[in-house]
Amino acid sequence: MTAPVMKPTRDGFGEGLLELGKTNPKVVALSGDLADSTRAIWFQKAYPDRYIEIGIAEQNLIGTAAGLALAGKIPFACSFSAFITGRSWEQIRVAICYQNLNVKIAGSHGGLSVGADGATAEALEEFTIMRSLPNLTVLVPCDVVEARKATLAAAEHVGPVFIRLGRAPVPVVTAAEEPFVIGQASRRRDGKDLTIIACGIMVAAADAAAAQLAGEGTQARVLNMATIKPIDRTAVIAAAQETGAIVTVEEHTVVGGLGGAVAEVVVQDQPVPMRFVGTQDTFGVSGDPAELLKAFHLTADDIVQAAHEVLKIKQSAASNQQSATRRRPR
Amino acid sequence: MEANVAVAPASPRPDLAELSALAKSLRREILVMLSQAGSGHPGASLSMVEMLIGLYWYKLRHDPKRPDWAQRDLFLLSKGHGCPALYAVLARRGYFDRALLATLRKLGSPLQGHPQQWSPPGVEIAAGSLGQGLSLANGWALALKMDGDAQRRVYCLLGDGEIQEGQVWEAAMAAGHYHLDHLCAIIDANSLQQNGPVQQIMGIEPLAAKWSAFNWHTIEIDGHNQEQVLNALDEAATVQGQPTVIVSRTVKGKGVSFMENRAEWHGVAPKPDELERALKELA
Repeated sequence: MTAPVMKPTRDGFGEGLLELGKTNPKVVALSGDLADSTRAIWFQKAYPDRYIEIGIAEQNLIGTAAGLALAGKIPFACSFSAFITGRSWEQIRVAICYQNLNVKIAGSHGGLSVGADGATAEALEEFTIMRSLPNLTVLVPCDVVEARKATLAAAEHVGPVFIRLGRAPVPVVTAAEEPFVIGQASRRRDGKDLTIIACGIMVAAADAAAAQLAGEGTQARVLNMATIKPIDRTAVIAAAQETGAIVTVEEHTVVGGLGGAVAEVVVQDQPVPMRFVGTQDTFGVSGDPAELLKAFHLTADDIVQAAHEVLKIKQSAASNQQSATRRRPR
Repeated sequence: MEANVAVAPASPRPDLAELSALAKSLRREILVMLSQAGSGHPGASLSMVEMLIGLYWYKLRHDPKRPDWAQRDLFLLSKGHGCPALYAVLARRGYFDRALLATLRKLGSPLQGHPQQWSPPGVEIAAGSLGQGLSLANGWALALKMDGDAQRRVYCLLGDGEIQEGQVWEAAMAAGHYHLDHLCAIIDANSLQQNGPVQQIMGIEPLAAKWSAFNWHTIEIDGHNQEQVLNALDEAATVQGQPTVIVSRTVKGKGVSFMENRAEWHGVAPKPDELERALKELA
């Protein structure tokens, strides 16, 4: 078997933005001294007149992007995910979301896989704090191919969008011809025993976990949830109804992220047992990305273990149901 | 310096006596609105009346019948708590029915306690979270520059307490860096904020020197002298190569003796008897 192609999702963003430069004259880009890291530099070099350097000032970065959108531009504001979502959350709330402006926010270096830079740069909270904002669409592409498509889709979508991107090279797991639709989960594998709902760079691990489970005779459905908000309710409810157990997987805190978004649907519409794979309410540390994913229990093995746990609950619930039926008086 | 951006005044200079009567009338309207609402910010609304008159009756290129006119100048109110003054001005200029003013801060009213974008028409941005407006003004000014539009100008009105927000200085730095000479910031320097004198809460002086250090052209005026207001707006429009800030020295609560220079009138609406006394003073 040949090794998969490895590329960071930020490269797909950079490619998409560069394409948009050519196809959409309204698209402009801004960054806070991170054009290179976010790959906005590719756009900057090709379209210098449509790039604005803001310097290390994320609040003004977001505010300026809002002003550009008021004037009819489609601005892409680019920085590290931790800074652009955290430091300027309130600017995103008031200037962008409250006014429902057509601003695209690109946060690179999301998740633990930033690696050696350590906790301050490792964003693990963006889904939670971004999805709580009305009007905002939250995207997290799983590979470089999907990142390019998500970037094009974000420009097409009228309204604010946040895209979470990564720095570490990750396996390419989607094909260029696969459609990308905001708000729609894509089913990567079908199964009847449980559903693994993954996002971002954890989709590859979810695939591997499903293959491992298949070897044990367990058939897992795998969904790539590239849109955290609006969550694909239909796909989540179908997963709950048809497979009866769900494991969510994200390179992000389990507090209010993908797991939370899925659970909000499940507990209201089709309660089934769930397990959340993600960081457990903690900050990151320095390390090699692969080591970190292991240290924070974000591997295929961890997903398999969560699957075993959730299946156990599902089965014991089913047998309780049976014995309750047997005990029922005639 | 040859001024190739010297924009002709939007309209001929209005009669100063008429503007003075207008200022009194608008102040009465603001106080009635706040009294009906039962809450709001009289001090900060009353201090910026002459500046809004200078903009909406003189300097701005705008059309109340076409609030979204593509060639209009932009006025962004950053000190959102002063919005009763903006609402009163927009209504008087014909942007919307004056009867709406009585609905300020009520459920279902377009006149929110702090402005919501385009609600009512003429309100360009949401505000109320202090310190954000100048960044938006920068963005709009940068877009106009990108598009090669040398006609339209962008104005942003800030409070003096407001500029304690760090984002204001990020934006000030960027506007100076990008030589946004079609941008004019106005500081309604009424020298009081919610809990007391600005200089006591967190000193911001010397204002002009600070903005000058950020590469802004500075003009300092008595913000209640209508002629100085008109002159400052004219001067700002002729400056090339740098943005202009007008430090407009004003009196919080201007026009009502018992509100003037009193921080406690920052966020309290007048009760019926207080309104009556205030209206008598402004008769």
